[in-house]
Amino acid sequence: MMSSEAARFDAVVIGGGHNGLACAASLGRTGRKVLVLEAAHALGGAVGTHEFVPGFHVSSLAHILNRLHPEMVAGLELKRHGLTLAPGPMPSVALSAAGEPLVLDGAYGERLDGAVDAADRAGWSQLRSLLFRQAGILKPFLSRRPPDLGTMSLAQATTLGSAALSLRRLGKEDMREFLRMVLMNVADVLDEHVADDRLKGLLAFDATLGAHLGPRSPTSLLGLYYRLAGEIDGVAGGQLLPIGGMGTVMAALARAAEAAGCTLRTGAVVRRILVENWRACCVVLDDGTEIRARAIVSAINPVTTFLDLVGARHVDTGFVRRLGNIRMKGDAAKLHLALDAPPRFAGLSETAHRGRLVIAPSVDHVENAFNPAKYGEFSPEPVMEITLPSLSDPSLAPAGACVLSAVVQYAPYALKQGWETGKPKFLAAIMAVLERHAPGIGGSVRHAELLTPADIEARFRMPGGHWHHGELQVDQMLMNRPVHGADGYDTPVDGLFLAGAGSHPGGGVSGAPGWNAAKRVVETRG
Amino acid sequence: MKRWDAIIIGAGHNGLVNACYLQRAGLDVLVLEKNDWVGGAAVSRSLTPGFIYSNCSYVCSLFRPEIMRDLDLPRHGLQVIAYEGGAVLTRDGDALANYRDHDAHRREFARFSARDAEAYDRYSRDVTRQCRFIQPLLMRTAPDPTSLKPRDLGELLYLGKKFAGLGAAEMAQTARFWTMSISDYLDEYFETDVIKAYFALSGIIGTALGPMSPGTAYILLHHYMGEVDGSVGAWGYARGGMGAVTQALASSFQASGGTIRTDAEVDRVLVRAGKAEGVVLSGGEEVRAGMVVSNADVKRTFLTLVEERELPEPFLRRVRNFKIRGSSGKVNIALDSMPDFPALPKDSPCLRGDLHFTDSVERMERGYDDWKAGRWSADPFLDVVIPTTLDPTMTSPGKHFMSCFVQYCPPKVEGRDWTDADRDAFGETVISQIADYSPGFRERIVHMEVRTPRELEAEVGLTEGNIFQGELTFDQLLFNRPVPGYAQYRSPIGGLYMCGSSTHPGGGVMGAPGRNAAAEILRDLKRGTPHMSPAHDVI
Amino acid sequence: MSVTPQQSPRLAQQDHWRAMRRETPFHPRLSALDFRHDWYVWAGCKAPLSLWDEELEYFAIRSQAGLFDISPMIKYRIEGPDAEACCERVFVRNVARLRPGRVHYTAWCDDEGHVLDDGTLFRLAETRFRLCCQERHLPWLLDSAIGFDVTVVDETEAVAGLALQGPTACAILKDAGFAGIERLKPFDLAEFPHEGGAVTVSRTGFTGDLGYELFVEAADALSLWDRLWEAGARRGIRAIGYTALNRARIEAGFIVANADFIAAEHAIRADRVRMPDEIGLGWLVDEAKPHFNGRRAILDARRRGTLKHILVGLEIEGNVPAEHALVYHARKTEVGLVSAAIWSPMAKRNIAIATLSRPYGDTRNDDLWVEIYAMREGQYMKLMKRATVVPRPFVKLDRRTATPPADC
Repeated sequence: MMSSEAARFDAVVIGGGHNGLACAASLGRTGRKVLVLEAAHALGGAVGTHEFVPGFHVSSLAHILNRLHPEMVAGLELKRHGLTLAPGPMPSVALSAAGEPLVLDGAYGERLDGAVDAADRAGWSQLRSLLFRQAGILKPFLSRRPPDLGTMSLAQATTLGSAALSLRRLGKEDMREFLRMVLMNVADVLDEHVADDRLKGLLAFDATLGAHLGPRSPTSLLGLYYRLAGEIDGVAGGQLLPIGGMGTVMAALARAAEAAGCTLRTGAVVRRILVENWRACCVVLDDGTEIRARAIVSAINPVTTFLDLVGARHVDTGFVRRLGNIRMKGDAAKLHLALDAPPRFAGLSETAHRGRLVIAPSVDHVENAFNPAKYGEFSPEPVMEITLPSLSDPSLAPAGACVLSAVVQYAPYALKQGWETGKPKFLAAIMAVLERHAPGIGGSVRHAELLTPADIEARFRMPGGHWHHGELQVDQMLMNRPVHGADGYDTPVDGLFLAGAGSHPGGGVSGAPGWNAAKRVVETRG
Repeated sequence: MKRWDAIIIGAGHNGLVNACYLQRAGLDVLVLEKNDWVGGAAVSRSLTPGFIYSNCSYVCSLFRPEIMRDLDLPRHGLQVIAYEGGAVLTRDGDALANYRDHDAHRREFARFSARDAEAYDRYSRDVTRQCRFIQPLLMRTAPDPTSLKPRDLGELLYLGKKFAGLGAAEMAQTARFWTMSISDYLDEYFETDVIKAYFALSGIIGTALGPMSPGTAYILLHHYMGEVDGSVGAWGYARGGMGAVTQALASSFQASGGTIRTDAEVDRVLVRAGKAEGVVLSGGEEVRAGMVVSNADVKRTFLTLVEERELPEPFLRRVRNFKIRGSSGKVNIALDSMPDFPALPKDSPCLRGDLHFTDSVERMERGYDDWKAGRWSADPFLDVVIPTTLDPTMTSPGKHFMSCFVQYCPPKVEGRDWTDADRDAFGETVISQIADYSPGFRERIVHMEVRTPRELEAEVGLTEGNIFQGELTFDQLLFNRPVPGYAQYRSPIGGLYMCGSSTHPGGGVMGAPGRNAAAEILRDLKRGTPHMSPAHDVI
Repeated sequence: MSVTPQQSPRLAQQDHWRAMRRETPFHPRLSALDFRHDWYVWAGCKAPLSLWDEELEYFAIRSQAGLFDISPMIKYRIEGPDAEACCERVFVRNVARLRPGRVHYTAWCDDEGHVLDDGTLFRLAETRFRLCCQERHLPWLLDSAIGFDVTVVDETEAVAGLALQGPTACAILKDAGFAGIERLKPFDLAEFPHEGGAVTVSRTGFTGDLGYELFVEAADALSLWDRLWEAGARRGIRAIGYTALNRARIEAGFIVANADFIAAEHAIRADRVRMPDEIGLGWLVDEAKPHFNGRRAILDARRRGTLKHILVGLEIEGNVPAEHALVYHARKTEVGLVSAAIWSPMAKRNIAIATLSRPYGDTRNDDLWVEIYAMREGQYMKLMKRATVVPRPFVKLDRRTATPPADC
């Protein structure tokens, strides 16, 4: 039974994740009447906090903030709407199975704590500033549409030109170094500057986190650039745990959207996007409700948007082909442990336990962990990034107990043996690694929740369980993100826009795609 | 004491090409070669009675026709015989054959997949488009993007215009192509594992990358360039072995008045006041010249032949950071009879081309994983040719020479140096793979030479045995090859030039680095290049 | 590990390379009639340029009946509940208006609106189509089927085809027992019994004459040939090769992919691709029908006036064919190229198909010239001849459309 929504909206945003809300709030502030439709019963998408076992709360997927788009934070006044960030950047800790851990303090290792060779200290400080300078070149691209190669406007040519100019401002040597390094693998770059295995392991891990790449894969350095081009609270390369988990970021965005007059509706599953007269005109919900709007903005997966909601028949075959070629099979799993007591990681100070703990003892270790993923097998020795959020935010766990949240690689989406049989084995492999670093942790586990890419796909409606809705590799960036023809937020279907992590500049809890998409909607009078 | 106009270090093909062009421009040129034979990696060696081996490089495809013509190589005995086909033999006892005839090729693919058979046309078109885009760059000096010189700006503009001429969709596609892995690229066209494996071969030969490594789609071009618009023709054997290429070059060089000294190992380059003035041979003899051109790779040239104090630190650092990675080995085999491959009919034209034993990209990638771990591939990828099927001059009738290029083979075995036992075990790995597909193969072997990176480095002087004198990754291509700021064949030392495969456009028996270097040298000498015919048009 | 060949259908086909050119199902009959050994390769098949005398073969089309083997034509079956919707999305012409039992000429484009090919679409049933075309398109069609409940199958080798073209074609078919054939209107199709199976006959062709195309299972090909040959004996049936057919098609003004335009999937050079409006197929494009591939780009080009080329028919003074001649404006500005040209025996005119750069051929048709280089006994005779843009077809025959045809 089809019913038609009486109220007509200027814009309907599909997907109440951070990008959807950022886009909606931004559009709402222009005076547009905006409706956000979220399929789940709570807003947030992959950015949320959930109680995975009674009394234990955890950030559902992403668990660290390191790249909230500053333009958006300011533009939507998120702090006024309740965004509270813990003070100061949290440290990163490179755990070492045998020796002492290495602590990277301040914004992405301003200081190294722990026994480090003097040459490595100097090498790291040089490399760190080099990477920040180079990431700075790419930064302006984050807040703009990708260059439109076909009909490059004067403004766009100027953007590109200014990037080229900033290249020149760097000086000849720096510019040469950038042009040499930009597509290199992270392992080689590290070898050129530092020798410390712990440091290199951590950087290799960060560069490949969320990507189907190993540190020796060419172009893997870009992952590190991408990370360092982000900032949080004005600190480039900084990272924070949000108080109350990721849910608070969501809550602030939701409040900002509501304050901007947006209507937020949960439990609203969009079944189709209808195209009339070659223009997206309305969305149809699962219950048959049709909602019309001048602009339909999809902040969900781009492939789902076109193939499931719009339908292949409304776009061209070559476009469908390109959609099919997007690589989006996730390799990252998420582990949540409810622990009776806080774990003790060997050699780690009390405060360091509140940092981001990385188990990636060396570049080779990360590379070896990646190898099986190429063939649909999980890493027998997985690498991971661990946080113990309840140490800083006791509200997340019952008194005395502790929550552990970890992102674990590599867990290929298309596991050959299937995740049904593979999951317990993978969990055992992870626990074996944890036990080595935090002896006794296994005995204190009250409950374990492991989200494989297959689970992530099902729970968060992310095809392939990919956090970025598409590999963030160089061939899927800029004008090729998500695909040529839909790279500038508008799409081949008039009235339909993309605003999710599948669009430029990509994933991470930044809100940049949503924020940029809103600008495009306004620009095209959608 | 005689003072030469120019000394070329190394009588490899690029050194000889460079020497030929300089000699023809009126310079008095001396080529110094450490071995008692010329040729570098392009040689024909008689290592066992009755057989001639192309014991290093083994295929002629990329050699620039402009150079062949300028240096009159056919008259000096160079004759290239094209492959008649090729095949990938699979574990299920079948073979994916490669026929020169388009329809036969299509029907062969159709045995495996109707879709792939038809996808082949679009694939060839797209790869050809990329080749056409890159081919004109081979014979040009790479512009320096940080330079404001009119010449560099002009060349950059040329590149920009070429790129813009592609149109928006093709520009986006080109950006992808240059950075994708060959495996991902092939997934966009084909569904059959063995067909993908067959095409993936060209993305990895000679590199320390696996088919799943980003950037390998570009390397494919490097091996396809020879086929663009039929200007060079397909892959082929040099009649008489690959030494025929360098013999013809040496003959051409000498005919134009040049001098070659073999058994003359250069110990170091003489540098005075920042200028190269000649070389010192390992016996201590000084040979003086107005300039020195090194055909050796960039690491060998600047880390062993030139004293550190003569070079600026940033340059040295970059040279040290240049990646030359041994990734391949070579097994040369003398056979008393033609091996039998049950997967192919005895009269198959594919036997007169390149043979491989693999089933999938995954099998090749796993071979690469072994290399990353410091081992040779337990199940290596082979590029096998039997040139004697088309060239009767290399052995007597009925007997055959088989060349096996083997990938992957590390420069060190689990971190330590190669031993003879390692080498023999490596050879055994190769033989046993071939024997799996060719019953009775072992019994036909008369003699065998196994060359690991250790042997390639010691004999040919290729650092780590890398056939391209340096990886072909983006950080080492075009204006980055060999190092940023010195990608135009010159070095920080006046009068010291580079002309080897370490320089743009890179390795393969192409000759372009030698020629481009000659053009730059003659530019510095303010001499014309009337003896250098213009690069072929790509229209 | 040991490698042991197993018996499999795939292995059984390994020897295909021993015959590099496929022979069509009609090959035994063609080779029996062949006295010239004048073969060419059509889509991987051995096909005759002429069998006996190309002049006589041409006149068979125009005054008797020519029998031409079209088996090498690429044929795809598109079938399923969504077949119409899928075809609607692929082709520029309105498929909903194509009723079962009808055929239409159509074209299809890539995303950029560049023509991939042209061909004929047969609606064999409500949910079953057959596409006949010059080039192979299986990957494109399969990818176009994503999101539709439809299957696409290549039936090029499974289905044999014959074109019977000429004034006596209908009578021959009638004599051969194709009852009711005379009721077939142009672009109608119908099934007729043959050898316990069926033959699909359509009133279509590539000659601009009265004619039919017949499709049959490859196994029944020879008996179909014999059936027509026997019936046609007293009506002048003649097996013909491509040279004769090509003359007829130029007179009829038909274009050929990769001759008169470059199919987009074959174009290596970015500027060689063409939109339908640039090769005279703009009339096929139905802007009002549901979305189809290239629609956005085509409409965009029309709106913005960015179409660069136009395909026209030319009538050239004199009698020397102008094949591959350059076209000039005011005898000096190069404005285009002739892709096909003949002296038309029917029209008694020197005709040509040419691609010109707009506005020439579009709004500026005055003062056009072609420069003909005619090689005569070791010398080029250079002719500059005046050309006039004329509508196609160059030869329009009432018998092509008359129903029932005159002889029946």
